[in-house]
Amino acid sequence: MTNPAAIGQPLDRVDGPLKVTGRATYAAEHAFDQPPLIGWMVEATIPAGRIKRLDTGAAEASPGVAAVLTHHNAPAQTPFGEPDDKGRFTQSRAMLFDEHIRYHGFPVALVIADTLANARHAGALIEISYEPDEEAVTTAGEEADEVPGELDGGMEPDLFKGDFEHAYDDAEVTLDVTYTTPNQAAAAMEPHATIADFDGDQLVVYMSVQLIGPSVKALANTLKIDPDKVRVLSPYIGGGFGSKLGVHNEAILACLGALHLGRPVKVVQHRRHVFHNAPHRGNSVQRIQLGASRDGKLQAIGHESFMPMARGYEFAEPTGASARTTYRTDAIKSTHRVKSTDMPLADSCRAPGHAIGSLAFESAIDEMAYQCGQDPLAFRLGNMPDRDPGTGQPFASHDLAECLREGAEKFGWPSREPQPGSRSQGRQLIGYGVASTIRLNILVPSKTRIRLSADGTLTAWADMTDIGTGTYTILTQIAAETMGLSADRIKIELGDSRYPSSSGSGGSFGAASSGSALLNACENMRTRLLESAREQGLIGDEPADDARFENGQLILGDKTLSFTEVLNKSGAAYLETDGEVEPGDDHDNYSQHSYGAQFAEVHVDRDTGEVRVQRLLGVFSAGRILNPKTARSQLLGGMVWGLSYALLEELMLDERYGAFMNRDLAEYHLPVNRDMPTIDIHFREHPDPRSNPLGSKGIGELSICGAGAAVANAVYHATGVRVRDFPITLDKILRHLPE
Amino acid sequence: MKPFEYRRIHTVEEIGHDDPGQARFLAGGTNLIDLMKHEIEVPDRLLDISRLKLATLKDCENGGLRVDTLVTNTALASDPRVRKTWPLLSAALLSGATAQLRNRATTGGNLLQRTRCYYFYDTARPCNKRNPGEGCSAREGQNRIHAILGASDQCIATHPSDMAVALVALEATLTLRAADGRERELPVEELHRLPGDHPEQDTVLEPGELIVAVTLPAPQPGRQIYRKVRDRSSYAFALISVGVILQVVEGRVESVRIAFGGVAHKPWRARKAEAALLNKAPTEANFRLAAEAELVDARGYGHNDFKIPLARRTLIATLRDAAHSEEEVPT
Repeated sequence: MTNPAAIGQPLDRVDGPLKVTGRATYAAEHAFDQPPLIGWMVEATIPAGRIKRLDTGAAEASPGVAAVLTHHNAPAQTPFGEPDDKGRFTQSRAMLFDEHIRYHGFPVALVIADTLANARHAGALIEISYEPDEEAVTTAGEEADEVPGELDGGMEPDLFKGDFEHAYDDAEVTLDVTYTTPNQAAAAMEPHATIADFDGDQLVVYMSVQLIGPSVKALANTLKIDPDKVRVLSPYIGGGFGSKLGVHNEAILACLGALHLGRPVKVVQHRRHVFHNAPHRGNSVQRIQLGASRDGKLQAIGHESFMPMARGYEFAEPTGASARTTYRTDAIKSTHRVKSTDMPLADSCRAPGHAIGSLAFESAIDEMAYQCGQDPLAFRLGNMPDRDPGTGQPFASHDLAECLREGAEKFGWPSREPQPGSRSQGRQLIGYGVASTIRLNILVPSKTRIRLSADGTLTAWADMTDIGTGTYTILTQIAAETMGLSADRIKIELGDSRYPSSSGSGGSFGAASSGSALLNACENMRTRLLESAREQGLIGDEPADDARFENGQLILGDKTLSFTEVLNKSGAAYLETDGEVEPGDDHDNYSQHSYGAQFAEVHVDRDTGEVRVQRLLGVFSAGRILNPKTARSQLLGGMVWGLSYALLEELMLDERYGAFMNRDLAEYHLPVNRDMPTIDIHFREHPDPRSNPLGSKGIGELSICGAGAAVANAVYHATGVRVRDFPITLDKILRHLPE
Repeated sequence: MKPFEYRRIHTVEEIGHDDPGQARFLAGGTNLIDLMKHEIEVPDRLLDISRLKLATLKDCENGGLRVDTLVTNTALASDPRVRKTWPLLSAALLSGATAQLRNRATTGGNLLQRTRCYYFYDTARPCNKRNPGEGCSAREGQNRIHAILGASDQCIATHPSDMAVALVALEATLTLRAADGRERELPVEELHRLPGDHPEQDTVLEPGELIVAVTLPAPQPGRQIYRKVRDRSSYAFALISVGVILQVVEGRVESVRIAFGGVAHKPWRARKAEAALLNKAPTEANFRLAAEAELVDARGYGHNDFKIPLARRTLIATLRDAAHSEEEVPT
């Protein structure tokens, strides 16, 4: 009988009951005998400049206030951004360091009081005057001309293949269009939150963070303390989406407060804080040039990306990734330019690169299909690559064409009217759209340790995090299958910097990396058990490969031994093994991606321009599916976000102040239930042995790539209106619809 | 939140003469408490009226309905009488906020909710509504959700209520009680002000004056439709909303009432459009003339320019739906 907890089974989340009963402890919820003091962040109201005068007298005298921390009295720190030869996740993130304001919303004080209400009110009593920098840069567009050091994920900023200019000039059909995407927020449900506490002379930091190891280094570096004196815990995270990869502002502030007062301090960002005090995705301008033969063969692909970069904070998004990897072509020109701005930090947000890159690029590909007089599906299928167009590497595996074909059939694509704007029902214009989906498949070094106890239970430890994706569950399944144990015998311990160093969560690499390390640890445990059994004379010299591990037992030849028997006989209370994974040659030599094809049906109201998505369908190829239930949930979320990027999300920037004005979830529009259509998800499941020992591939960011373009392309098909300025709000359609 | 005095009252007589001024009435609290946390509203005293016995719906002799001020939005929207006779009101209520908010929000409170202008909410930015004389940040800032009718140099904010739009179209009346106990009646249409030189005053209520009830008169015969156009399909304020009551007899508009939401500092009764339609054939061309008559003075401020054509198109579409519907509301 199949182990119901085996890999590939739709095991319910092992942490589900804890979460739905409120017993999963999120960062702000850790309980203490003495409740921690509460810190309230006071934000700068200019984009750049310096603090001229800061009067905290009234705040300090306000009821319940324990301290008001400013750059005058905050503990010593390493200057922001140092050491500059280190990555952004371990550099100093100093706060309240000097009178310098980095961006609108930058913390200028932390009020620490007995209650949130007292802290917040005292915050309003602080009087600050500024000397604004009149040269503050609060916008970025096509004028961006700085070449970033490298792109997120390690890609080169510029890629040139073949002779783009000639290929483009010689092409029979050409397209030269510019798309824009707005500033966007990760908008995790759990706001960024931290409690800083002490255990003896160790700083114990409960925070909501995706990468634990780098956070320890960043805190130690910033606060000028020994990394051994910092412990970070992050057992549960209410969504991160890149905005919690590294330490964020409230974490530094909570630590400064705790160090200053010698008492635990909790700082939870207010929802309005999060929009400036957690990283966001910068706006992009994407110029796309395509050249093709009259029969629809792509010959030249040009993609120029222009985005902001927060001054002193190196992060450049690989917006051209989709253009470099999706279609066969003779020539590619892909460049990335950034502009230093005095804006809040821009960093990873929901599939950096591909998410907004595919939004623009897959829309432009759609335009080109129409220009060539081809069905957008047929055009895509006619341009499938046989090796990575950008790098020339062979694909580890590639079934984008199969995803497109299978999806088209399931969606009913052939019933589509070729002519845009030709189908309607009452006052609703109906359109179908398609887009290719592609996302980098990454493996990063990861370690884990497991212990098999004499009572037959297994515990695994890693400083891995579960950001709500189901990591606890799939790790349980990997251990269950490999060791032949039921789920209730397995305990996965994550989110503590005392545990072995893991990949952490991000870049869709968490399951593959931490899972492969656990698989390795379990394989090592099987070897240890066999050795132990042999040493005790419990088994003979049968080849180890014949051994099976089932129901908490080791089965070899005619012997069936429970793990407990083996351990008891050896006198060991437990056995421990380590596991690890490192990306090898297959990641150097092959182009590694997950794939998919997405289809959308939209209705557009011909009177008001309102777009309502009627259905979304995706077919995805992401190697071996570890748990179809949690995998599906992740893909569902990504498709909703794709819809959201196409139609809704935009941080409204007021350039005069360098501030986002819609800093709440009433006005920063994420889809509500009623916006979400029927969503149909299918897997093409082919384990990819070049990906990692599990054969899985990254899935967390896959479906957001392409979903938005499928919606945008459906809007075009419904109306004949091509909106190149995302999101496609009704006003942008309305002006082109006849009355 | 600025420290304040809190007093719960059980009868309206407990509203004292010393309360006007910096006292505010607290009912559902769905807007006021948020604004107090932001220190946008800083009352010295809260009079909690939520225990007053003012939460019933009563039939009136003339076929109307008296709605006490503490009736929740949910209770009002789901009342069978309202659903049958004033479906415009039910539809408007259900298009607003979320179920959780509607369960908490009251009739009087809904009318007195404040604008969602981004700059009103951001205390670091100048706002004449928040701090008279500071200036208006929205005129040259982000103004997608702002007014196209009746705005002033001082303020281009809109009133966010859907319910109020329906009440104006239905010609509902308020019963108000002054702090000294005197009562007066006021059409809902006259409750909210245009901003003029005093955008800090949303309404014509006197200090300490309490909305006691809203009375719905027996409705005009005709088809009632509420159409709300917004960026997402729920939990979003109207970009444009239209409430229409249209009666067509023998191919002519016998009676019509129209109110817009999302266009002004108050729910906007479209009397020019009504006048243009009366006695005319319910044709697309006449609907257009009516819409254009109403919007002749409309102006945009950049991001909200689209609201002018959107208002025109939404009104035409809503009138078309109302005229083509065979079903008429029984009276």
